[in-house]
Amino acid sequence: MAVLVIAEHDNTTVKDSTNKVVTAAKAMGADVDVLVAGSNAGAAAQAAAGIEGVRKVLHADGATLAKQMAEPMEALVVPLMAHYDAVLFPATTTGKNAAPRVAAKLDVMQLSGVIGVESADTFVRPIYAGNAIITVQDTQPKKVLTVQPTAFKAAAGGGSASVETIAAPSGPFKSAFVSEEMAKSDRPELTAAKRVVSGGRALGSSEEFHRVLDPLADKLGAAVGASRAAVDAGYAPNDYQVGQTGKVVAPELYVAVGISGAIQHLAGMKDSKVIVAINKDEDAPIFQVADYGLVGDYKTIVPELMDELTKAGV
Amino acid sequence: MKVLVPVKRVLDYNLKVRVKPDGSGVDLSNLKMSINPFCEIAVEEAVRMKEGGGGHAKDAATEVIAVSIGPEQAQETIRNALAIGADRGILVKADGEVEPLAVAKILKAVVEAEKPDLVILGKQAIDDDSNQVGQMLAALLDWPQATFASKIVLQNGKATVTREVDGGLQTLDVDLPAIVTTDLRLNEPRYASLPNIMKAKKKPIDVKTPADFGVDTAPRIKVLKTAEPGKRQAGIKVKSAAELVGKLKEAGII
Ligand SMILES: Cc1cc2nc3c(=O)[nH]c(=O)nc-3n(C[C@H](O)[C@H](O)[C@H](O)COP(=O)(O)OP(=O)(O)OC[C@H]3O[C@@H](n4cnc5c(N)ncnc54)[C@H](O)[C@@H]3O)c2cc1C
Ligand SMILES: Nc1ncnc2c1ncn2[C@@H]1O[C@H](COP(=O)(O)O)[C@@H](O)[C@H]1O
Repeated sequence: MAVLVIAEHDNTTVKDSTNKVVTAAKAMGADVDVLVAGSNAGAAAQAAAGIEGVRKVLHADGATLAKQMAEPMEALVVPLMAHYDAVLFPATTTGKNAAPRVAAKLDVMQLSGVIGVESADTFVRPIYAGNAIITVQDTQPKKVLTVQPTAFKAAAGGGSASVETIAAPSGPFKSAFVSEEMAKSDRPELTAAKRVVSGGRALGSSEEFHRVLDPLADKLGAAVGASRAAVDAGYAPNDYQVGQTGKVVAPELYVAVGISGAIQHLAGMKDSKVIVAINKDEDAPIFQVADYGLVGDYKTIVPELMDELTKAGV
Repeated sequence: MKVLVPVKRVLDYNLKVRVKPDGSGVDLSNLKMSINPFCEIAVEEAVRMKEGGGGHAKDAATEVIAVSIGPEQAQETIRNALAIGADRGILVKADGEVEPLAVAKILKAVVEAEKPDLVILGKQAIDDDSNQVGQMLAALLDWPQATFASKIVLQNGKATVTREVDGGLQTLDVDLPAIVTTDLRLNEPRYASLPNIMKAKKKPIDVKTPADFGVDTAPRIKVLKTAEPGKRQAGIKVKSAAELVGKLKEAGII
């Protein structure tokens, strides 16, 4: 059998999530090809060819694919599925946007947010914000999956697949890109970071959020995340949100500062390796999942933590 | 302009689901069910298009129709939408789980009958967490889509939609008719007032079945097992930042 993996990339490099979805595809026991759809994305296609275990990279290049919007992605991927038994998208906003269009056109019921591959037709996925985990059998002749990258190890580099150029769809399409406002940051990307420092409603203002959390994140080389309450109140930008309806992260270290631990938040971080919680309420639900809990006011604890980290040579 | 809003009846978001001990599914008996929060936001936005508000001109929408596919009790979910301000409802009565693909096919048939200019859905149902019906409906109709909307501006036969994407915000123009799915920050739904709840009781709800639309709802996916998520080992409380850093060092985390 053959599986197509849709690459997440920035036209120059492929994101780590691509390597992780390749691992999920390999677990299906299949030949794995990767599609790099973009604009001037030759470098990204070359990078994808270097992922270990990839048989072939398909490279489609054109203006219509610059933002990997849903309509052109549907037009590109649906005909390719004549040659594949399954297509796997990363469960990122780009992947979630396009995958169901492909599924509907193939008359396939999609499996969303897959966290485990047991065989070529048996998969594991969370429902109810991760409060129940289902194992499902999908015997449809074609399969469409979105895969939760944090649930899989990244496939290594060192491969040397061939790159085949294919045509980009020409359109016209009924939707047009207008603009984007992307957060710029020198910090690691939230979903790929090894460490994450997250703040909640307790921080009280945008100034306070950044004053307290940015130095701690810098010290730990961590990405910064937030609860929905902090995002809604405008303390942090929307792309910081961790949770059922935000991003799912699984870093080695997750530090929750002034976050209560609502089920919707836990859905996005409870698979972190080590969780540290700082909260002044000793009964806060976050302590039920925290490996190390510190009860107290973040205003005194975070500065102490900074000092102790310095002393420890971090 | 007619706006169609699909609304799903789900377990109330404040409640934690219970997995049946024999692993055969989740136990929803005697638990409070509510309108899916993202669908409530979709209804609110459509009603603002009618009443004016949220940046929309009054009468930008002329009629708001709420549709739900589900058991008899999904009537309550539709009443909920009617109390927010939708004009009428359609219940497509189906017992048992209807998968997103079948939901999308039924909605396609409803769209073909009602001919709305805009369909606003929730981005995801908080029970199946599928995040796919809106996109599937767009594909089946060959309509453009703007998912995860945090702002919608209607103008000259187009919708300009700001979307919440992983790296920040993206703005698209979609030609109408179109599909939009809502993210949490699009608006804050109102509390329905008592008079409006009373009024909602008199608004009409049409009852149909999937067979009326020729849609087969037999599931494609077989659920083999439902399990509780792996529980985390309960951790410890540390007394000080110094102790915390010591523990993190021991654990090889820093
Ligand atoms: C459909 C839906 C989807 C949702 N999706 C998400 C999601 O993806 N992600 C998400 O995070 N939420 C989500 N939520 C919201 C979620 O239910 C909670 O409301 C939210 O997570 C609460 O954020 P919080 O913990 O920052 O705020 P709060 O619950 O208000 O907690 C603040 C915490 O800070 C502590 N505190 C206060 N002052 C101090 C101090 N000085 N020092 C130390 N601690 C202090 C308090 O003890 C409290 O525990 C969703 C909700 C709905 C309805
Ligand atoms: N049974 C249903 N009845 C009406 N609308 C639904 C139903 N299921 C899903 N939807 C719509 O599709 C959206 C996304 O659902 P899902 O793709 O299942 O996560 C929901 O927010 C609803 O707007």
